[in-house]
Amino acid sequence: MSERFHDIAVTVNGEVVRERVDARKTLVDFLREDVALTGSHVGCEHGVCGACSVRVDGVVVRGCLMLAVQCDGARVDTIEGVADSDEITDLQQAFVARNALQCGYCTPGMLLTAQELLVRGGVPNREQIRAHLSGNYCRCTGYQAIVDAVESVAQARAKR
Amino acid sequence: MKPAPFAYAKARSVAHAIELLGTDDARLLAGGQSLIATLNMRLSEPALLVDINGIGGLDRITLKNAHIEIGALVRYAQAQRSAEIARAAPLIALALPHIGHPAIRNRGTVGGSLAFADPAAELPACIVALDGEIEIVGPQGQLTVKADDFFKGLFETALTPRDVLTGVRLPAARADTRVGFAEFARRHGDYAMVGLAACARADGERLSNLRLAYFGVGPTPVRAHNAESALADGDVEAAVSALADDLDPPDDVQASGALKTHLAGALLRRVVGQLGRVPS
Repeated sequence: MSERFHDIAVTVNGEVVRERVDARKTLVDFLREDVALTGSHVGCEHGVCGACSVRVDGVVVRGCLMLAVQCDGARVDTIEGVADSDEITDLQQAFVARNALQCGYCTPGMLLTAQELLVRGGVPNREQIRAHLSGNYCRCTGYQAIVDAVESVAQARAKR
Repeated sequence: MKPAPFAYAKARSVAHAIELLGTDDARLLAGGQSLIATLNMRLSEPALLVDINGIGGLDRITLKNAHIEIGALVRYAQAQRSAEIARAAPLIALALPHIGHPAIRNRGTVGGSLAFADPAAELPACIVALDGEIEIVGPQGQLTVKADDFFKGLFETALTPRDVLTGVRLPAARADTRVGFAEFARRHGDYAMVGLAACARADGERLSNLRLAYFGVGPTPVRAHNAESALADGDVEAAVSALADDLDPPDDVQASGALKTHLAGALLRRVVGQLGRVPS
């Protein structure tokens, strides 16, 4: 089946979405335009900035470097789903408390990427936090407050 | 930007992928971390993408007959978690954290890096340093190509448009294996300005079977043969001087050729220190 248009079924934030997609449509454009989930942002469109980060089958990927057609049968979690399920409420609150965002464009990607590090458990040091977030660009904050927020959540979760 | 239109097909097997690649202007899609970026920028406009991600069995890491085989679809993150790679391919384990960022490593594949053959990429140089072999299946059947013969030119390999790279086979590390890896990049995760992957055998106080493979200094990974000889004689400074004969890096957007040669020497001193130690 070498076709341009394909019928796909993707589980987005727990709900099955069926759509006919053009093969050239990236996952992040599919989520924004077809599923109306605009929390995943489109930044550089070549895998550098991290604004489009989403989870596919449990791992964080670049939404601009995967095609929607490749996600047929996959489970996709976006910032909307992860926020609604309360999975990252503490992380969101820490970002607010520490002023870890200004314009907010990078924040959904930052949160998903930070959560991927934090679910591994333990308290990563600041260097490890920076290394894990190195593929997510923030042009406002200078990163200090973001690292503060992630570190504080790691410490709080370790005490629970 | 958005990609130009193309058709898409999901290959069910390697044979099916080869059949699909018979279409004019078809490209093979693995992790997509370079290919989809080039599609988005319209640097590439294939007619058909042949997606091999669903092919079973290409994501295995196996140890046999003193070799480690890494399937083409093994993702960097999977390789980073692999106890087999840590033990039997410590050079690869050293290089992996330098490749891109976590989200890129969740998706990018070992086979994709080798097939794409970016001159500044880490894995091609590692495979050359390790004297690895690349497994290819094409319309004419199976083929094994030595790493030294695989990388032919800028983004050019021994692969023909209808071939599928299925994996790479490396000699498994032994007790006397020594490896070293270092690179200079402007930011963590960027392609390197210059990098060095090295492998040797400890022979008393000396090193033998030295293989130094530089990346980011030419169209393919570059062996530093003169530096290898000098280092085998135990003379680090002579090895650094010999790099002037071994390397002729062109100027690029990141650095001048002269700066790259200078950095290559600094990397060699660092890597020599690593080669003196047992891999952890």
